[in-house]
Amino acid sequence: MAAEIADAETADAGAVDASSGAVAPRPLRRTPLHARHVALGARMVPFAGYDMPVQYPSGILGEHNWTRDKAGLFDVSHMGQAFLIGPDHETTARALEALVPADILNLAPGRQRYSQLLNEEGGILDDLMVTRSADPDEDGALLLIVNAACKEADYAHIEQRLPENVKLIRAGHRGLIAVQGPAAAEALAALNPEVAEMSFMSARSLKLGGVQANLSRSGYTGEDGYEISAAAAKIGEIWDTLLLDARVRPVGLGARDSLRLEAGLCLYGHDIDKTTSPVEAALAWSIQKRRREEGGFPGAGRIQRELREGPQFLRVGLLPEGRAPAREGAEIATPDGEVVGKVTSGGFGPTLNGPCAMGYVASAHSAPGARLDLLVRGNRLPAVVAPMPFVPNRYKR
Amino acid sequence: MAETRYTRDHEYIRIEGDTGTVGITDYAQGQLGDVVFVELPTLGKAVAKGAEAAVVESVKAASEIYAPVSGEVVAVNGDLEAAPNAVNEDPAGKGWFLKLKLTDAAELEGLMSEAEYQNYVKTL
Repeated sequence: MAAEIADAETADAGAVDASSGAVAPRPLRRTPLHARHVALGARMVPFAGYDMPVQYPSGILGEHNWTRDKAGLFDVSHMGQAFLIGPDHETTARALEALVPADILNLAPGRQRYSQLLNEEGGILDDLMVTRSADPDEDGALLLIVNAACKEADYAHIEQRLPENVKLIRAGHRGLIAVQGPAAAEALAALNPEVAEMSFMSARSLKLGGVQANLSRSGYTGEDGYEISAAAAKIGEIWDTLLLDARVRPVGLGARDSLRLEAGLCLYGHDIDKTTSPVEAALAWSIQKRRREEGGFPGAGRIQRELREGPQFLRVGLLPEGRAPAREGAEIATPDGEVVGKVTSGGFGPTLNGPCAMGYVASAHSAPGARLDLLVRGNRLPAVVAPMPFVPNRYKR
Repeated sequence: MAETRYTRDHEYIRIEGDTGTVGITDYAQGQLGDVVFVELPTLGKAVAKGAEAAVVESVKAASEIYAPVSGEVVAVNGDLEAAPNAVNEDPAGKGWFLKLKLTDAAELEGLMSEAEYQNYVKTL
C-alpha cells in the first residue's frame, strides 16, 4: 500500500525547504484541548502548524454520521480569533469594509456575517466570519475568525491597512470549539437554556456552566449548531461538560472535511485562494447590495464586472456517476474531451452515500445538469453539474 | 498449507500452488480508515512486482495497492463493489482484492514472513 495519494488535511503540514524540496519538521503547536484528544485515543496529525485530531477511534465515517444524526464536538482552537476595536461601530465597520466586500456597516448587534479578505486583484486572501457584539458597551468591536493557516498573514495584512483609531487585538488566549448536529441545541441548552433563543448567524455572550463564552449559532457542517469561544484555560470545562451528554461525541478534522464538502462549503487553499474571486467561487451571495453598487473594497473593478457580465470560471458541484470518488486536482473535461476545469475538493459523501466534488469550470459548462467527465487515474468518470449543498442544510433560521 | 508473505507497503499475498491472493493487512486498513471504494484491475492484466494493481479509497484519501510479485490477474473480488467495508472488517478474508498467477515464485523470497512483518509493524 502506497502513501496516501491525496491528503487534504495534512498537505500543508511542515515547511518546504526550497533548496532541497524536503519537508523540514518544525515544532507543532497544541490547542488547549490537546491532552484531551490524546486521552480520547485520537489519531493526531499536523495541520496548519498544529498537532490536531484527524479522527478518534470511532473513525471518520462514524463521526460524520454521528454529527448528522446526533451532535459532533469539534476542537477548532487552531483557527485565528481577533478583535477589531475602534471608537464606534461605524468607524470599525468602515475600516473592515476597506478590506472585505460584505456590508459590515449594516451588520446588526449580535449578528454574524461571512466574508473574504481580498487582494487588489479581487482574489481571496482568506475567508472569515465577522461578528458584531450584542453588548452595547462593546460598540465598535468586531470579532474576526480566520483560518489557522492564514492567520499570521491575515493579521499583518489587516494591521497595515487600519486607520489610527482602529486596532487589531489578537485573541490567542482563547479556545474555540463547535458543537454541530440535530442534538447540538438541546445538549448545549442543558448548560444554558438561553442558547435555544439564538437564530442562525446570531451571536451572544453568556455563561455556559460557570464559564463566560462568546457563542454564535453557525458552523461548518451544514447542520444546526454553535461555535463557542472561551478563555483557553476554561474551554476544556465546556468541552468536558458537553461530552458527558450521551448525544455528544468528539469529531476530528477528517469528518469535518467530509461534512463541509457535502454542505458545499469552501476550504481555503483548496476551493478558494488568491487567484479566485468571490464571484467565481459562487460566493456572490455574501456581497450585499450596497457594496455591489458602491464598491470600495479591494478588486472592486473585477468583482463588479464579474457580477455584471458573469465570471469566466465558476465553482460548481459535481456528482460522479458510480462509486469512485474524484479528488482534488482531477481535470474536468467535456464529453468530447476538451478540458474545461479542475476539481478542487472531492471525496466520498457518507450521508450522500456516494462520491461528490466541487471544482471550477468554464462558465459555459456550469449549468446544473451539464454532463462532464472527471479524469481520474487516466479514466473518464462521467459526472453531472449539481446544485450545492449536496446534503440539505438544517440551519435554524 | 497456504503461506502468507508481506510487503513493506502492507500488502499480503497468500500462496496456494502457483496462485496468490492479494490484499492489505489489518494494520493497513486501520491506517486507511473506512474504505468506500476499491478500483480493481481487469482480468488477464499482467502486473509487474511493485506496479500498481488496485486503488483503495477511504473517506479521506486514495491509496495505491502494489503487486507484491509479478503475475497475471486471474480473479478480482467483485463483492467489494457493493461492500467495500469488507476491507476494514475482514482484510485477510472477505476483504481480498485480487488473485495473481505467479510469473516467478522466486520473487516471494524477497517478501517478509508473518513473524518478520509483525516485527516490522512494531517499528512503525
